[in-house]
Amino acid sequence: MKPKLWSWIAFLLGFAYFALPLIGTLEFSLRKRRGEYSLDAYVWVFEDAQFRETFGYSVVMALFTILVGMLLVVPTAYWVRLKYPRLRPLVEFITLLPLVIPPIVVVFGYIRLYNTSSFLPMTGTTMGTNLLLMFGYVTLSLPYMYRAVDTGLRTIDVRTLTEAAQSLGAGWATIIGRIILPNVLIAVMSGAFVTFAIVIGEFVLAALLNRPAFGPYMQLIGANRAYEPAALAVIAFTITWFCIGLMQLASRMTPQSRAKRS
Amino acid sequence: MSFLQLDQLRKSFGSTQVVRNFDLQIEQGEFVSLLGPSGCGKTTVLRMIAGFEAPSHGTIRVGPDDVTRKRPNQRNVGMVFQSYALFPNLTVAQNVAFGLRVKGVGKAQSTARVAEMLSLVGLGDFGKRYPFQLSGGQQQRVALARALAVQPQVLLLDEPLSALDAKIRVSLREEIREIQKRLGITTVFVTHDQEEALSMSDRIVVMHGGMAQQIGAPHEIYSQPANRFVAEFVGRLNVLDAQVTDGAQGRVRVGGLDFATGRALAPGPVALALRPEAISIGAAPGHDVSFRGPVEAVQFLGSVIRVETRLGDAPILLDTFNRTGREPPRPGDELDFSFNAAGIIALD
Repeated sequence: MKPKLWSWIAFLLGFAYFALPLIGTLEFSLRKRRGEYSLDAYVWVFEDAQFRETFGYSVVMALFTILVGMLLVVPTAYWVRLKYPRLRPLVEFITLLPLVIPPIVVVFGYIRLYNTSSFLPMTGTTMGTNLLLMFGYVTLSLPYMYRAVDTGLRTIDVRTLTEAAQSLGAGWATIIGRIILPNVLIAVMSGAFVTFAIVIGEFVLAALLNRPAFGPYMQLIGANRAYEPAALAVIAFTITWFCIGLMQLASRMTPQSRAKRS
Repeated sequence: MSFLQLDQLRKSFGSTQVVRNFDLQIEQGEFVSLLGPSGCGKTTVLRMIAGFEAPSHGTIRVGPDDVTRKRPNQRNVGMVFQSYALFPNLTVAQNVAFGLRVKGVGKAQSTARVAEMLSLVGLGDFGKRYPFQLSGGQQQRVALARALAVQPQVLLLDEPLSALDAKIRVSLREEIREIQKRLGITTVFVTHDQEEALSMSDRIVVMHGGMAQQIGAPHEIYSQPANRFVAEFVGRLNVLDAQVTDGAQGRVRVGGLDFATGRALAPGPVALALRPEAISIGAAPGHDVSFRGPVEAVQFLGSVIRVETRLGDAPILLDTFNRTGREPPRPGDELDFSFNAAGIIALD
């Protein structure tokens, strides 16, 4: 009986630790109207054109970040596993660098390297700055994306599958596109989810590159309004959970998962 | 000219030479096994034929083409792996169709070919299943169908039966040989299992230390081993340390016996080898040498009974058929044994 009781206590403590701040935020976000609960703060947020613009901008940036991150990480992790397994510790170390180098350092480096008087004046145009921001996001999400994909690759026999495909006449593009990527798709999606969450909430890069992203908008609202930041936090949290749900659903829709359930 | 020609192949990994001056000519439709212990270089030779390893020296020709520097996907060489290597995200039919799709074969033609291949390996109804829904034997059949679907010039089998249980292994090896004969496809089979090599091959290449020790038909390899390694690796062997008493007549003395082997031997000590099935309990027609020895152990192997005895100091194993109604020998018995001196192999 005793171990079961302790398990329940641990569970309740953990649940309280995570759930109480959320419940508190949700409750606070509903108290804009004096004396009664209302959705006024949410209505205000959804009616704010800046919310729609910044959120839309960040979603588009997140999607491109995921795409570029995937195109960069999947072939790299695959190639390292296949051809240079001895380089794995080095590559892992490089992918971990964004965790130890603060984004502020990264963005100042970008501004210094790619300003209008540099050899590659990316900050001179909106598109160039957007690109720079997206590559910055790719860098920030690298530790999570690489780890997720590398773990996915560990579950398959990369070398033998590659050789089997080669012996059947396949080139590298076919091997990565038809064999490797589909088999690590769930891992890629978990990396994509973390990337999405990072991009939606990121503040430093977007603010210093002066792009209209969701992170700076949240900061702005937080500094100037009372109930709306709480409503925004709840909205952001809901979107995050919605994304997790979508990815769970997508992973259950793979032919293999369907075959396993049937 | 032979269909598959390996000339002076060498392969080094760093300072270690794993394949040394390896020559082999294989005729079209022939089934050749590379047999040897782990680390003898047999898999490296196979991987060089497939194009997964580049030779340090030498040439590989398939038909009239020199494929030594060609990439694996340009060689038209099918391969079956020990671990099946089926694509887990594709169904059985999609796996078999993979190579055809890569080659740009039309859908109708591809579907017909997949059906043909799957029925060839006896899995006509399994097209919609995924690899994880099949047993090991079935997965290896699919791998074979997939390799054959693209009509490769050469089929390479890299220990395809090693991961299977004994019963499936025997049935599948018969099936592979049957399919290979039916299609007439040139095949190179790598194994460390001598029984597999002896039962399936037209010719066997026994390898050791990166070199071919002997190339020959299974019966030649077994009955006339070229050297001590081949004799000891293929089949079981009793080795007797003898003394040559008359080199010209090949007379030897061993364990109190003195007999002529019928072939000239160099004077001095000599190692003689005798297969377990060449020794009989009691006298037997054609057996001209007999000795008496104790039965030290008896192993019952079903159709065969393996008896351990002793000739002088040398332990001797002999195999005798288990005959209905006859009691097997018991440990502790003293029995007469005999063999034919001409059946003795002198090892160098």
